[in-house]
Amino acid sequence: MTKHFGDASVKFENPPVIISAAAIVGPKEGEGPLAALFDKISDDILFGKDTWEQAESELMRQTVELCVQKSGLSAGDVQYILAGDLLNQNSGSIYGARSFERPFFGLFGACSAMGMAMSLGSMLIDGGFANYVVASASSHFCGAEKTFRFPLELGTQRAPTASWTVTGDGAVLISATGRGPKITAATTGAIVDLGQKDVNNMGAAMVPAAADVIAKHFRDLNLPHDYYDVIATGDLGMYGLKLLKQMLSQDGFTAVERVNDCGLLIFDTQKQDVHAGGSGCGCSASVFASYFIKKLRDGEIKRMLFVPTGALHSVVTIQQGETIPGIAHAVAVEG
Amino acid sequence: MDIFWAFVIGGAICVIGQILIDLTKLTPARILVFFVVAGCILGGLGIYDRLVDFAGAGASVPLPGFGNLLARGVMRAVDERGLIGVVTGGFTAMAGGVTVAVVFGYFAALVSSPGMKE
Amino acid sequence: MTAKNFEKMVKEASPKSAVFLNSVKAFLVGGAICAVAQVLYNRFEAMGFAKDDAGLIVAAILIVSAILLTALRVYDRIAKFAGAGTIVPITGFANAIAAPAIEHKNEGLVLGVGAKMFVIAGPVIVYGTVASVIVGLIYYFVR
Repeated sequence: MTKHFGDASVKFENPPVIISAAAIVGPKEGEGPLAALFDKISDDILFGKDTWEQAESELMRQTVELCVQKSGLSAGDVQYILAGDLLNQNSGSIYGARSFERPFFGLFGACSAMGMAMSLGSMLIDGGFANYVVASASSHFCGAEKTFRFPLELGTQRAPTASWTVTGDGAVLISATGRGPKITAATTGAIVDLGQKDVNNMGAAMVPAAADVIAKHFRDLNLPHDYYDVIATGDLGMYGLKLLKQMLSQDGFTAVERVNDCGLLIFDTQKQDVHAGGSGCGCSASVFASYFIKKLRDGEIKRMLFVPTGALHSVVTIQQGETIPGIAHAVAVEG
Repeated sequence: MDIFWAFVIGGAICVIGQILIDLTKLTPARILVFFVVAGCILGGLGIYDRLVDFAGAGASVPLPGFGNLLARGVMRAVDERGLIGVVTGGFTAMAGGVTVAVVFGYFAALVSSPGMKE
Repeated sequence: MTAKNFEKMVKEASPKSAVFLNSVKAFLVGGAICAVAQVLYNRFEAMGFAKDDAGLIVAAILIVSAILLTALRVYDRIAKFAGAGTIVPITGFANAIAAPAIEHKNEGLVLGVGAKMFVIAGPVIVYGTVASVIVGLIYYFVR
C-alpha cells in the first residue's frame, strides 16, 4: 500500500520519533527572546576558528554532536546524517560532518534545508532503511553576507525588507522508536516562481511557495484548516508573513491566525535592528530544535506544521537577470 | 564661504546618490560607476569644472569629481601628446588616488580581519 | 495568481525606504566630508602647493583615513547611518577597495587580497578609463 497521498504528500505508517534535539546559536541570537531555550550560545562569532566557513562547520559539528549526545547514543549509532546550509557546495555541512565518518547526504534547499532533511529522514525511517537519522541545517551571518551580499566592512545600508541571516544550527535525531514528538506526514514543495527579483526582499519571493505547499498539504491529506495549533514558516519575515496570510485567506484558508514565522520568533524585531526578521537555514532549524520542540514535549502545542522556506537563486543567476525561485517543505509534527 | 559651499554642494551630490539607492535599488558598485561616468562626461563638456570653481572640494571629492579628473587629464594629455594622450591621460590622472588606495588597502588586508556587523 | 498581481501585492505589503530621512543623513555626512576636505585644501594651498598637488594630497588623506576606519571596522558603522554620504565621496571608493581585500584575505594574498580587492571598485576604474578614452578621442577631433 502506498504511503503517498494526493499530489505531493506522504503519511507515515509508523510515525518516526524525534528523540533528541539541539540548537546552538551565535551572540546576536543569544540576545534575542529565545535565549533561554538554546542549548548553547557562543560569544565568539568565529566559534574558535579562523574563517566564517570554518566557524559554520564547527557550529554544525558541535550541534550534531550535542544532539546525539543528549539522546544517550553515540555518533556510530547514527545511520544517516542529512544536512544542508547556504555556503557554496554545502561547505558548512560537509566540513562539519567530516569528522563523524557516518553515511552522509548533503542537501541543498537554501533555507528550506531543515524541512527537506526532516522529510527525507522520516521517509528513510518509515521506509525501514534506518533506525536513527540526524537532520541538521545551519547558517552563519558572516558567511552568508560574504557569499550572497557584500564584504562585511563595506559601508552599505540594508533595505527595510532585508532580513538578518541567523548564525545558528538546529539538529534533530529521528528514530524509528522511542519517546518524543512524532513526525506524522510531510508535503514536498515544488519550485514556485512568481517573478520576484529583489534579493533584498526574499520573504516575498518565498511566499508563493509557502502558500502552495500549505494548501497542498491540507488538500492532499484532507485535513480541516484548524487541524494544527501552529503553522510555522521558516524565514518569511514580517512583510513576507503578512503577504502569506493575505494570500492564504484569498484562497479561502480559514486559520490564518495560526500562521507564524520562525524569523519573527528568534529576534526581537523592535529592539534588535534586524529589519524584516531572521532568515537562513539555521533560523527555522534552531527555532524548531529549541522553542517548538519544547512546546511539543510540554504539550503546549499538540500539532504543528513546520514549513521551512527557501529562496533558490544564486549570485550568478541573479546577475544574469533571473528571478528568485522559491520552495517550501511542510513537515507535520505531533506531540 | 568656500567651506560652506563645499558642504552644501558635496552634500547635495550625496543626496542624489541616496535617492538612487533608495528608489532604484542600484548596488553600490553601480552607483560608483554611474557617478564616475557622469563626472567624466560633464568634465569633457567643460561643465563640471565650473562646479569645481564654485564648490571646490564639494565638487571634486565626490566621485563625479574623480570622473572629471579623468576627463581633464585626458584632454590635457591630448593637448600635449596628441592621439597618444588619449590612452595615457585618464590613467595618469587617476594614478595618485588609485595607488594610495591600492597600497593602503593591501596593508589594511594584512593587518585587519572582517568583523560582525552591528 | 499571476506574477503581475503578486508584484502589486508585494509592493503594497513592503515598506518603502525612508528616502527623506536617509537623504538628510547623507547630506550632512557627505557635506561634512567635503567641508573637511575644503579646509585641508585651503591649508595646503596656503602652504604653497600647486592646485593639482594640493588636490591629490587631500584625496590621499581622505583615502587613507577611510581605509584606516575600514580596517578598524568603523567605516561600515558610520555608513549604516550615512548611506550615500559615505559611498559617494572618494572615501567610499577607498572603502570599496579595502573591504573586499580584508574580507577575502583567507583565500590567500594573491587570489584573495590581490584579485578580490577590485570586485566593487574595479568597475569604477574600468568605466572611468573607457569614458576617459572616449572623451579624449572626441576632444582630439573637435578641439
